[in-house]
Amino acid sequence: MSITLNEAVELVTLEADLLDHGDFTQWLSLYTEDGLYIVPIDPDTEDFEDILNYAYDNAEMRAKRVQRLLGGRAISAAPPARTIRLLARYRMLDTDETTCTLRCAQMLTELRQGRERYYAANVTFDLVRTETGLKIGRKVVRLLTSTEALTAVSYIL
Amino acid sequence: MTTLPDPRSLVNADYADGSIYSNPDLYDMEMDRIFMHNWIWVAHRSDIPEAGSFITTFVGPHPVVVTRDRKGDVHVMLNRCRHRGATVCENKRGKAASFVCPYHGWAYGLDGALRGVPFQDGYSGQLDKAKYPLVSLRVEEYNGLIFATFDADIMPLDAWLGRAKPWIDLFMKQGAGWPVKTMGEHKFTFPGNWKIQLENTTDAYHFPIVHKSFLDSVDGETQNTFDFVEGEGYVEDLGHGHSVMVMIPELVDLEADLDAPIPERFQELAEGLSKDYPPEQVRRIVRAVGGSGFNLNLFPNLACSMAFFRVLRPLSVTETEIRHIAIGMDGGPKLGNDMRLRLHEHFQGPMGFGSPDDAEAWDRVQRGSLAGRDIAILLNRGLGHEARREDGNLFSDVSAETGMRAAYRQWLAAMTDVTAACSKNEEESMA
Repeated sequence: MSITLNEAVELVTLEADLLDHGDFTQWLSLYTEDGLYIVPIDPDTEDFEDILNYAYDNAEMRAKRVQRLLGGRAISAAPPARTIRLLARYRMLDTDETTCTLRCAQMLTELRQGRERYYAANVTFDLVRTETGLKIGRKVVRLLTSTEALTAVSYIL
Repeated sequence: MTTLPDPRSLVNADYADGSIYSNPDLYDMEMDRIFMHNWIWVAHRSDIPEAGSFITTFVGPHPVVVTRDRKGDVHVMLNRCRHRGATVCENKRGKAASFVCPYHGWAYGLDGALRGVPFQDGYSGQLDKAKYPLVSLRVEEYNGLIFATFDADIMPLDAWLGRAKPWIDLFMKQGAGWPVKTMGEHKFTFPGNWKIQLENTTDAYHFPIVHKSFLDSVDGETQNTFDFVEGEGYVEDLGHGHSVMVMIPELVDLEADLDAPIPERFQELAEGLSKDYPPEQVRRIVRAVGGSGFNLNLFPNLACSMAFFRVLRPLSVTETEIRHIAIGMDGGPKLGNDMRLRLHEHFQGPMGFGSPDDAEAWDRVQRGSLAGRDIAILLNRGLGHEARREDGNLFSDVSAETGMRAAYRQWLAAMTDVTAACSKNEEESMA
């Protein structure tokens, strides 16, 4: 049976909740070993490897990013910004028994040092069914403002 | 009319008043006296590789179009139609045969010449198109770096860069024999004055403090490489506000010491390259991919910073845009360029492991410096053991504020006497 919209939404909602509540260690376990977390600059590209992105994280870089958020040694993340994100407008672009592609909208509000900032993004998830349940094989966060000047984002989108 | 602030009362040889980061009148003076009367970096040669290529950018607050015309000449022109002032181009980059104002259709060539005016009969023969090209700035280029200025009288770029030129040449060795090309950019703003950023690329002192989290994320060998504050490096005043901060002396000349062992983090790259290149070329590429061991600060808006270009643009007295432009080998191996991109993403930009912490520090300088009145910002680190080389350059240890003092000396010269800052007379007297 193909991966259902409900299964997919359950996983990405869990991810959003973990990130907003600072449970980064559990967040790491949501990805496959060869999974990628990508925040591109170019809104049109699908070739992320040969182009500059904001983030292009494999498992090693994700673990380092989490260490940076939890370690208390990064002044821009000590403590990390507080975030609340809402995911909506889910659409299953493709699904079969073992993989699916889910696209949704993400509206994120950040609060740090008295400043609220907002980031809207289209997020595309490639999910994979594994022996230990549904995992994220790739998450691509296409910020609406990716080609504009951003401000420091010391957290995970 | 308000009285203009006196820059001499705000900046001294080894300290500055905190208000230099927040005085709006001073900022207006800077936009005029510094950004309209110095050479301002606008593009790298590879940004406009062929006839018809263009980018849009800024010289201070002034929007400009940078083009390459059919003859290969580079033009930097105000992005402003001569009719009613609308911008003629809103694309960031691309290729074009002409620029047509969207308002009334005035059309300009790649060199800015006014080519076409719709319904020209309405001017009854009184519009001489030759008199209304896009307003061109003076443009000069050195080793791929393209600069422009509003000022027809300042010294040629070659003389302005002066003793910084050999360092530009060294920086461009990151092409490993191929031309250097830009490979995208991280662009972000921080709520603070542009001079806070100007200081930062010549500030080695902050590195082990601000970048603890970055250093935690790299291997022990790389940590040692970046453990330079008490090392053999130095900061040197190159004149005209330019300075170089050598953090890793063994990486000043990337084509020297090709027999040096390849660091652990580049082993995989070296193995991959070995399939296509002979050993010496592999070593040359690997050294180039790792980047230069120095930051070259070019007053006022460009730094050739280890492995990328840092470009600052003042947006207001309390807001600054920073671009970290990635560079690579034009025609070089994909493996090497991809690794450069990953290294750039690791440290730079709004989501890197380095830049957000820098931005936090700058943000705090802006807010903290508003506290109290008449309290100095110190610029005296390394002054006690500062010395002069035979060629006249002042230098001190790597964590010295020699580069900041150099920049503020030029700042003061430009702010108090434009012609004294960089006049043709000075060029003649130097010759």
